[in-house]
Amino acid sequence: MMENIENAAAARKRKIRNALVFLLLIVLFIAFIFPFIMVVINVFKVKADITANPLALIGSHGFTLENFPAAIKKMNFWNAFGNSVIITTLATIGTILLSALTAFLIVRNDWKVNKLLFVLMIASMVIPFQVLMIPLVSLYGGIFGILNHRLTLVFMHIGFSLSMATFMFHGAIHTNVPVSLEEAATIDGCTKWQTFWKVVFPILKPTIATVTIIDAMAFWNDYLLPSLVLGRKELYTLPIAAKVFYGTYSTDTGLVMASLLLAMLPILVLYMFLQRYIVEGITSGAVK
Amino acid sequence: MKTNTMGYKVRQYLLFAGVTTAVFVMVVIVPFIYGLYLTMTSWDGVSKSKPFVGIANYISAFADSGYWVSLGRTFIYSAIAVILVNAVAFILAYLVTSGIRGQNFFRAGFFIPNLIGGIVLGYVWKFVFNKALVSLGNAITSGNVKSLLATETGAIIALIIVSVWQYAGYMMLIYVAGFMSVPDEVIEAAKIDGCTGTQSIIHISIPLMTSSFVQCIFLSITRCFMVYDVNLSLTNGDPYGSSALAAMHVYNEAFVNKNYGTGQAEALILFIICAIIGGIQVYVGKKGEVQA
Repeated sequence: MMENIENAAAARKRKIRNALVFLLLIVLFIAFIFPFIMVVINVFKVKADITANPLALIGSHGFTLENFPAAIKKMNFWNAFGNSVIITTLATIGTILLSALTAFLIVRNDWKVNKLLFVLMIASMVIPFQVLMIPLVSLYGGIFGILNHRLTLVFMHIGFSLSMATFMFHGAIHTNVPVSLEEAATIDGCTKWQTFWKVVFPILKPTIATVTIIDAMAFWNDYLLPSLVLGRKELYTLPIAAKVFYGTYSTDTGLVMASLLLAMLPILVLYMFLQRYIVEGITSGAVK
Repeated sequence: MKTNTMGYKVRQYLLFAGVTTAVFVMVVIVPFIYGLYLTMTSWDGVSKSKPFVGIANYISAFADSGYWVSLGRTFIYSAIAVILVNAVAFILAYLVTSGIRGQNFFRAGFFIPNLIGGIVLGYVWKFVFNKALVSLGNAITSGNVKSLLATETGAIIALIIVSVWQYAGYMMLIYVAGFMSVPDEVIEAAKIDGCTGTQSIIHISIPLMTSSFVQCIFLSITRCFMVYDVNLSLTNGDPYGSSALAAMHVYNEAFVNKNYGTGQAEALILFIICAIIGGIQVYVGKKGEVQA
């Protein structure tokens, strides 16, 4: 009897506590998306209304969609979007394939050259990009003369992300791929190359997902490297286009709001569908 | 087939790691070494010749007071931002693992700022600071509220706010992984022994989550220390260069002032600092493993 009352009291206490936590989370959540709310409510206003009251839901001139077509045209949105898609896709696929192959070689063969490569890769992870950007521009621009090509940027993206990706695949192959499975494939007549594609690579799916999410997001959002490599207007990625657009039209607030929303929209839409995988991918990538 | 001959090894290496090695060497190793050479030249970025000047660039880097001021500013900004990022991230992680309804929704929601690049985030916040918050401030105080970005300290505070907002969600996910790795039985046992919620966090969860802390703290240190995008779009060093952080200073020295050699020498000093931080991370990580 006493126990029942105590349990009921504890249950009520927990209920109140949960309600408070829930309320706190709602408040924090609104604070977190406040900047996005600001963009969304102002993108449908004309400039005068934004200046008059940026907090109003609807301006005195009413609801307008006119900012979108103007911003799309002036920032050359579809062109920049296309560039971002091509560059992100190629760089992500390249990183995954190359790093998975390399990690497999390193884990399964105890050769000196493998150790050297792996140590160099791990050590290179502390090099800040700022140390490499000046020589990169000097080498690839001045000596090779291959800046202003999308593939040059893809090449560099891959080069910078290989170390981390190889490291992650190294861990995954080490702990999740049983050697016995590969031996069975070898007995069945598979070469190492075939074994990798038929046996090892499919097992690595969770790691492939994690690396894809982390690297694709980094490539998609990167500004500094693309801005150094791609100097011509038709090659701009979305972040460069957004930067250049802001530099030209910063006083035209309505257009700025539209350009910012356009720059954010693709990844936000993707996130709506893939958020479970993205959150799980990052979380599982964190446990070493 | 023989698998221990030199020829076999070479073929296997080229097949599995040949392209990787080539790309990695061309993008990371060669530029790194070439960068060391550049610090000893006075290249202006245009001409073909790169006159050899010895250690002159290092001397001008050490004499560049703007660089050291920006570096000091970066240290202060990073120290405050790292503490706040991790505190907020840890609290968020605790809240979204407490078994509340909709916790997956909240996890996904707090992560949203990480989806968007620093350039766009900086402009969004610039609007918030300059327009939305000013308008809100004027409505509340009916006075003449100035934007946070208009003052020197205010600009740094704004950078810290945006960084905390930007990184907290990512670090939260790492702490969530940490919280989930603490076995339920241990927490249950503590509860039976009379531990309160706070006690079990301090004495059980936090010690068991050492690796999450090491990972988050160093990740946020390196991210804050090298921040550039948000600095560029939010403040662009304004007012009067008072909010330019080290990465921006290096960029401007090289690409704006066309002192590539000095810029590279200053970048190399950043590398040494990063290498020291990385070394400490490995040391702390190893020590933590032994204890756990």
